[in-house]
Amino acid sequence: MVNNTNGHKKKNLVVIQLSGGNDYLNTVVPYQDGHYYDFRPNMGLKGEDLIPVDDKLAFNSHMGTFKSLFDQDKMAVMMGIGYPEPNRSHFRSMDIWHTAEPSTTSAEGWLGKANSLIDPEGKNPIISVNFGRGLPRALAYQGVSVASVGALETYGLYTGLSGATNRDAMLDTVSRIYQPMADGGFPSRRILETGRGALDGADLLREAPVTYKSDVEYPEDNPIAQSLKGISQVMSAELGTRIYYAAHGSFDTHTAELVNHALLWDQLSAAVSCFLDDLKQQGKEDETVIWMFSEFGRRIADNGAGTDHGSGGVAFVIGDTVNGGLYGDYPKLGLSDQLEGDVRFNTDFRQIYATLLEDVLGVESEPVLKQKFSKLDLVRS
Amino acid sequence: MTTTAKKHKREDVAVMAHLLRRAGFGATCDQIDQYLDRGYEETVEYLLNPVAGKPEDEDLMDRYFIASVEARSVTHADPQWSWRLATSEKPLEEKIALFWHSLLAVGGIKLDHGLEMLTEIELFRRVGLGKFQTILSEISRNPGMMYWLDNQNSHKDAPNENYGRELLELFSMGIDDMGEGAYTEEDVKTAARAFTGWASKPTPPPFLLGPFPMEFRFDESDHDNNDKLFLGETGNFGGEEIIDIVVKQRATARFIAMRLYLFFVSDEPDNEEIERLTDIFQETDGDIRAILRSLFNSDHFKSEAVRFRKVKSPAELVFGTARLTDRFDIPDMDSSTLANQSMYMGQFLLNPPGVEGWHEGEEWVDSGSLIERINFAASELARVESPGVSRMVELVEQAGEALDPSEFVEACLDAMGSIDIDTDSKSVLIDHAAKRSSTETDGADRIVEMFQLIVSTPDYQYC
Repeated sequence: MVNNTNGHKKKNLVVIQLSGGNDYLNTVVPYQDGHYYDFRPNMGLKGEDLIPVDDKLAFNSHMGTFKSLFDQDKMAVMMGIGYPEPNRSHFRSMDIWHTAEPSTTSAEGWLGKANSLIDPEGKNPIISVNFGRGLPRALAYQGVSVASVGALETYGLYTGLSGATNRDAMLDTVSRIYQPMADGGFPSRRILETGRGALDGADLLREAPVTYKSDVEYPEDNPIAQSLKGISQVMSAELGTRIYYAAHGSFDTHTAELVNHALLWDQLSAAVSCFLDDLKQQGKEDETVIWMFSEFGRRIADNGAGTDHGSGGVAFVIGDTVNGGLYGDYPKLGLSDQLEGDVRFNTDFRQIYATLLEDVLGVESEPVLKQKFSKLDLVRS
Repeated sequence: MTTTAKKHKREDVAVMAHLLRRAGFGATCDQIDQYLDRGYEETVEYLLNPVAGKPEDEDLMDRYFIASVEARSVTHADPQWSWRLATSEKPLEEKIALFWHSLLAVGGIKLDHGLEMLTEIELFRRVGLGKFQTILSEISRNPGMMYWLDNQNSHKDAPNENYGRELLELFSMGIDDMGEGAYTEEDVKTAARAFTGWASKPTPPPFLLGPFPMEFRFDESDHDNNDKLFLGETGNFGGEEIIDIVVKQRATARFIAMRLYLFFVSDEPDNEEIERLTDIFQETDGDIRAILRSLFNSDHFKSEAVRFRKVKSPAELVFGTARLTDRFDIPDMDSSTLANQSMYMGQFLLNPPGVEGWHEGEEWVDSGSLIERINFAASELARVESPGVSRMVELVEQAGEALDPSEFVEACLDAMGSIDIDTDSKSVLIDHAAKRSSTETDGADRIVEMFQLIVSTPDYQYC
């Protein structure tokens, strides 16, 4: 793709949202810090549950894929990421990550706005594709079309409809109805155009699995793997899509954390491993960057069976063109260093957004984030 | 033609159907018939004066939606409202709650308290058709609202302006396109001072690990008792007096008249009608019931020019379509998932995106939500076994055996509660009917398919 003015190639962004609040301390574990075990008598990971990175930190043992990406310098670990005055409500905190507005509520998503800058005239209805039902607020922006896909094979109108024996004829009829006419008529031009875009986008997306070829076998019973497979299918169809969105969860591990957190990371490890193999087969490994985040980390102290909502977390930027490594310092866990029982953040997530917007998507970050954030040197080319 | 058309004049049916779409969530042919027997103005009165009191289905809901008793989160609370929206026989009570929910918006994103959100909706049911002064006064004592707009943090020595500002800008007087209001920054600050000491406090939760129900509290010691100058009047005003002064303003009357117009009549404002409603607001001291009575009974409202000129909100689309099936006997997953459908289409009930509520009108429809809207509506009409759909099929069959394609489409539109669509859309549907009739023998399938196509039209996105 065309070079950006800033010297970075335009790439695709794949967002993996870890919904529910991923437990930072049990993801990247400060296994030599006594405080960790003091505060986590029940949820502290040790021994076989860890894959050491260095003499201070270890990954959760269910993150095999990520450890090997880290060793290959393809994964940047953003430690202690967050925003000022953390909010511990799922809704509000996720909203803040989606809108990049920590101090006011907003209905405009940062990626929706980026979409509008990538395609100002709204010519391509599938610049952004979301895998899942309903639109994440990150992708919401006035006038921006986003396809929200459950499964590609069944995406579009009437696909799950029982008794729709005459589906092709029905689609044909609907398609004839959604023909934009001159302004001022009824139904409005805007609604007709939206319908046109939705139908065209659906036709394009449904074709993607047909032309897709790959040896990679994504596990069937792994929802995030299936979403990433869909993303690879759309990518391989070259439809001009730049922003892909998928969510995995629930990371809201108030109870049974050891079992559930391990399962979630097992699924992610398998899914991301398949996806990266697939990207290589599709020749897209240099054109794709993965951004993996959660709305918050969890309390430093465990509650006996799990952990409660906290603040300050960890996020990951992954890809062949990523400068891997540890970014930021691991927050100190001692009582006097805590923020109401949580770790203190040291990197504002909007710095990563600025980097992803400019060095991956190739759009100005300031109009999206409403202020200038210093970028990090995360992307090589 | 259908039984409805036989019994009542076609235009009367169309106007009644219009009223029921706007003052409620639409109605089936048989319901329209019953309302027509009662008469138009009498129906308006019936809708405007829902029987007060605790609904009989309260215990039923508690029994089926166990997790929604003392609801913790918005998602726990949504099934309750979903059931009411799908089944209430006091449709305007729910409709006016939706109206205020978007205008006096409290969002789950910050409050994250299902019980409080339901309390707010109950407040709107109770006083939403009363005097605007009462509505503002009650919402200002609503603990969720006080928390949502930071009045908790508004103190005698350090007033927080959030509530004072939104009260004027978003809840009453409004601002023009340039962002100017008929009040000054000083008025905002004064209003904030008058509301110091108004806050909320948690009370003990009835269940272990349950939410803390919130209670309004007025802290006299934290209230600014000095004289204040507000919108030209001077006195030792408290929040109550501020509301009294605000409600007297012409700007407030006009703002509320405008919002009622946009919600109940058309996405395109009509200045003359809005001025008329503004006058009624002022003559009746902001009596919402009186304004709506005049609105619904006006020739303007009944005219063809405003029919189908309002984009359905997701809630209107979901509950309006689901009600056509008439299938909700008990509060179960079937009714509670309707709230999810509304969320997929962009309206997460009990969780408006911000203090401005939702942006309504055409902004409801984007490519993702349109696919959700069509697929949902088509799947509802596929419920051939439901009492509502089977009755609609029966009505089309009763319309005659040898209908030509045009008559067939009209019969289907009538059976769905007298809805109408544009001639361009209609001619494509007639083409479809013509082709279909030559290839298919099973009449019910053909009828249901036409119902599904009708709800797929751009026209059906309007009410």
